[in-house]
Amino acid sequence: MGLNMKSVIKVSNLTQIFFDQKVLQDINMDIFSGEIFGLLGPSGAGKTTLLKLLTGQLKPTLGTIMVLENDIRYLDKMIYHKIGIMMECLGLYERLSCYDNLKLFAGLNDVPKDKISQILQKVGLWEVRKRSVAKLSKGMKERLAFAKAIMNTPKLLFLDEPTSGLDPSNASSIHDLIQKERERGTTIILTTHNMTEAEKLCDRIALLNQGSIVECGIPKEICLKYNHQNKLRICLLDGKIIELPNHSSSAKKVKEYLEQGCIQSIHSTEPNLETVFMELTGRKLRE
Amino acid sequence: MKIKHSIIIAEKQCKDMLKNKTVLIQFLLFPLINIIMEHSVTFDGLPEHFFTKMFAVMYLGMAPLTTMAAILSEEKEKNTLRALLLSNITSIEYLVGVGGYIWFVCMLGGSIFFITGNYKGYEGIVFLGSMAVGILISLLIGAVIGTWSKNQMSATSFTVPIMMVFSFLPMLSMFNETIRKVAKITYTQQISLFLNQTEPIKINIENVIVILFNILIVSILFRYAYKKYGFT
Ligand SMILES: Nc1ncnc2c1ncn2[C@@H]1O[C@H](COP(=O)(O)OP(=O)(O)OP(=O)(O)O)[C@@H](O)[C@H]1O
Ligand SMILES: [Mg+2]
Repeated sequence: MGLNMKSVIKVSNLTQIFFDQKVLQDINMDIFSGEIFGLLGPSGAGKTTLLKLLTGQLKPTLGTIMVLENDIRYLDKMIYHKIGIMMECLGLYERLSCYDNLKLFAGLNDVPKDKISQILQKVGLWEVRKRSVAKLSKGMKERLAFAKAIMNTPKLLFLDEPTSGLDPSNASSIHDLIQKERERGTTIILTTHNMTEAEKLCDRIALLNQGSIVECGIPKEICLKYNHQNKLRICLLDGKIIELPNHSSSAKKVKEYLEQGCIQSIHSTEPNLETVFMELTGRKLRE
Repeated sequence: MKIKHSIIIAEKQCKDMLKNKTVLIQFLLFPLINIIMEHSVTFDGLPEHFFTKMFAVMYLGMAPLTTMAAILSEEKEKNTLRALLLSNITSIEYLVGVGGYIWFVCMLGGSIFFITGNYKGYEGIVFLGSMAVGILISLLIGAVIGTWSKNQMSATSFTVPIMMVFSFLPMLSMFNETIRKVAKITYTQQISLFLNQTEPIKINIENVIVILFNILIVSILFRYAYKKYGFT
């Protein structure tokens, strides 16, 4: 993957309890420098809670979290110079213009003023820079919040459901922005319950269910791991579908079809993330 | 504590307030009523600049308190304060920025009373000084309410009765002996008594003790609210 495997976030034996509810249970994970890491899970799985813990907005009940070699329990506020955060509630000033919102956060992070215009152009909000946030569309607000999060050219970028509730074209423009950030070398941690998004964007994912990580790894490999059927599905020109074991014993049969020239397509039968998640938890991602 | 951060916050507050009519009106209401009353109502036996002194005290009990509570609770409700605190700013820097700006605007409003009251020299300094202190205490009370409340709705339900007490007690105590006795323990009444002295104005020990006591209580309340509820 071309990643240097330096861990920028290390979570050990993390458990989070609210009153008497265990919201996160014995979480262990490493996030490596330069990767896009996805936290995937249904509503209430604890994704936002985990993100808040990783960014020091909550203190862990049990366990340790190291972020850029700082223990989050004894957080030095200076670390926020190196971190960008976009939470579900975007935290924008509704009455201020796009430009003034960014100017505020630029000032607090000692970012030079010309960077503001640069970023506004990058996220495609230059034309509406003078419009107050209250008058922006949801997609625009989301992009502005993204702009705010990358204002300080962070080493680590946390995104809580960056595309939830956006139409495909708005979502895809956010995806492009995320990819561009990653190319710059930023490590990105995002949450989503959209598994297509996860497959498209993430180098690695953790599947979260009821506060526990049920699977963690490269999306493709996770799917292959749960490819119990391990079959070849052959669609013939006459519309018939034939499934053969993915094994040398099928070679003769496949060769026959090929010689007859009656194959329309051949697929493997590995499941997608959605199906894997169903198998692991008996729950759907979107409930 | 970086003073630059506070200035940035004050700048933001300035832009935001210009677009926030419900807050803006707070600063204009009493000074305007005062100008009208001073010019239109006169009758025998009415003490000199009676309205200026009355409305100045009402203003300092009301405007800073409601504004501070409204701003703080709105920032909490809309998660903008959280976003700020995640950008390396400390709670103190924020309070100094917002509080300092509101204090400044309130003093601008206060100077209208200074003009209509025809204050000069020593008296003028004393008048502005007591405005400054009164506005500061009201700001702190507003900060307590704002910190205590999750959202604007709950802030308003605290603000209205508390603001009524501090703002109206001095006026009501002109008409009723019992109220006058109770009102003595409030900073607004002390400032009112202080300003309404027959000349020459002098600072007496009771004014100072009550006002210091008020500051102490409000500071303790603020510490408690901040520890318990924080800014997010
Ligand atoms: N401050 C809190 N106090 C008590 N319980 C909380 C608090 N925050 C979250 N929870 C609980 O923790 C659980 C996980 O919530 P969380 O917001 O992390 O889920 P999520 O995976 O982000 O869900 P969604 O996809 O809907 O955003 C929920 O059961 C929620 O009720
Ligand atoms: Mg969430």
